[in-house]
Amino acid sequence: MRATELSRDQEMIYSGHNACPGCAAALSVRYLTRALGPDLAIVLTASCWSIIAGVPPLTALKCPILHCPFPSAGAVGSGLKRGLKIKGFADTTVVVLAGDGGTFDIGLQALSGAAQRNEDLIFVCYDNEAYMNTGMQSSSATPFGARTATAPYPLFKEGQKKNIMQIMAAHSIPYAATATVAFPDDMIRKFKKADSIKGFRFIHVLSPCPPGWGTESSETIYLSRLAVATGAFPLYEISNGSRWEMTVQEEKRIPLSEYLNCQKRFKGMDPERMQALQKEVDHDWEVLMKRIT
Amino acid sequence: MPETKPILMQGNEACAEGAINAGVRFFAGYPITPSTEVAELMAAKLPDIGGVFMQMEDEIASMAAVIGASIGGMRAITATSGPGFSLKQENLGFAIMAEIPCVVVNVQRMGPSTGVPTAPSQGDIMQTRWGTHGDHPIIVFSPASVYETYYLTIAAVNLSQKLRQPVVLLLDEVIGHMREKVLIPGGGRLIVEKASDKAPADWKPYDDKGVTPLVPFGFGRYYHVTGLYHDQYGFPTSDPRQVERALDRLHDKLKKYRDEIVLTNYIGHREPKVAIVAYGCTVRSARAVIKKAYWQNRLPVGLLSLQTIWPFPDREIKELAEKADVIIVPELNMGQLVGEVERCACGRAEVIPLNRYDGEMITPDQLVEKMGRWLS
Repeated sequence: MRATELSRDQEMIYSGHNACPGCAAALSVRYLTRALGPDLAIVLTASCWSIIAGVPPLTALKCPILHCPFPSAGAVGSGLKRGLKIKGFADTTVVVLAGDGGTFDIGLQALSGAAQRNEDLIFVCYDNEAYMNTGMQSSSATPFGARTATAPYPLFKEGQKKNIMQIMAAHSIPYAATATVAFPDDMIRKFKKADSIKGFRFIHVLSPCPPGWGTESSETIYLSRLAVATGAFPLYEISNGSRWEMTVQEEKRIPLSEYLNCQKRFKGMDPERMQALQKEVDHDWEVLMKRIT
Repeated sequence: MPETKPILMQGNEACAEGAINAGVRFFAGYPITPSTEVAELMAAKLPDIGGVFMQMEDEIASMAAVIGASIGGMRAITATSGPGFSLKQENLGFAIMAEIPCVVVNVQRMGPSTGVPTAPSQGDIMQTRWGTHGDHPIIVFSPASVYETYYLTIAAVNLSQKLRQPVVLLLDEVIGHMREKVLIPGGGRLIVEKASDKAPADWKPYDDKGVTPLVPFGFGRYYHVTGLYHDQYGFPTSDPRQVERALDRLHDKLKKYRDEIVLTNYIGHREPKVAIVAYGCTVRSARAVIKKAYWQNRLPVGLLSLQTIWPFPDREIKELAEKADVIIVPELNMGQLVGEVERCACGRAEVIPLNRYDGEMITPDQLVEKMGRWLS
């Protein structure tokens, strides 16, 4: 299904929500809810979306929202889905929406538990690569070399970004995929596909964040596209942990510097670090290519 | 001696600066409003002065890393707020049981649960006392100004080292985020006690005789550290006599050093008719009342501010209750410490709570209104 074919009647996010201009997370959830709605229940954990979803008397979403404690999204979602089934709402789709902190860091244990039990959930991680809601502190999703508020002196993040997709693949869940707002058709197809499958489904959405990444709000789509074109965020899907398929294939990968140079968080990055990050992306790309069936 | 310079500083900054001055060289934390500034400042400063800043994957891990660092000989702290403090409880109990020095900063926000992350509250008073399970001792300081935050952080680090006892520094959102002028004493004027690494020949990690200095791992002693009840060598035991003795030991440390731990401050009339007992940011409103009622109008009023909340300043309250007719306890909660005040006043004075829990401060006017009946 194409993005343009989504029914306008199924718009589930109100205008005037609390997201910053150019927020990819808001746009992703717009596609998500239109693709899956209207019989939806959303479990939210502490993240930008706990603000975007609304402060009374405003609400941003036309569906029930359960805003649960930070470490518990996967577990709360599991309980909700099982309870709904018994109560006769087996068809309601339970979506867990968490940021990178609530997925890669504090939420990992509950996520792993739910994935291992193959709970009937769609877990969507919108990854803006740091704790943006509290002011840009590092998370384990922050790429090497980025400046954050807590990356120790001289203030850039050390260590590689955690490869959450490999972790999810290792749980052999029915479906896992990556998506970005630069490729809405691909994103919606993945949401729809996830919806058609039973069991635990995981979607990793790269979510450029203008204030956190130091970019213009008009550049979100462009950046998302660059992330894919450079291979920093390849678009693929994994079925049952074993069948890996590329869904958007660029002819040739462009140098990573094009993606990094337009973000202030990488400003002043020395060539050595730039090269190290390029190497890391190349390595991940090779590993991914070996897995692609 | 370096000169004392006035600096404009935030409570959270004062906490980080105080910790560094007290020799803290290890910080493990996780972002949470309204305590994040402590972590951010530690991240910027520690690596430069030979320290370690670790951003952990969650609140539990932050507390756990602090425990590990402390046993390794580092002075270590972490900072958090309500939801994170709840998550740290099991590890906090472990540190108390295993007598591992550490300081946990809790910048209170409005709870329960996520509550209002940016609103002031004093809702964690009883949680700091009884948050982790079992009959444990705890030391809790609650500063009422940016400068108090600075020196109580130092006191917290010193005491935790000296007594091998975790200390909680309980700030509230107002104190954490408030900026005010501070005079930081020049080098050496605030005594930073050095823990001894050298153990006497008959050193036992959990000596029956009382507090033994911590010998960090790697300093010539092998011993066993556990959250199970243990004998004086640290080995697990369920022998009833040893279990009882071990728990008594934990509490006896605090009893023995009670006068060093319990810090209060009294201002106002010598023989007050109406007294206020306050802690944290509500001290500021109370002080404004005393300024007007006593310093200007010489009314028989007084303010006992508690820098130490636990162990509870029972003697000080008892003394106050003997003089005053009525004690007013303003708190930004539904009434937590007021019960303790009542218990210690033991009927000698009438104890009246003044509570506010809408995310706003108690104003001096509210206090004056409450006191009015007894002053007219």
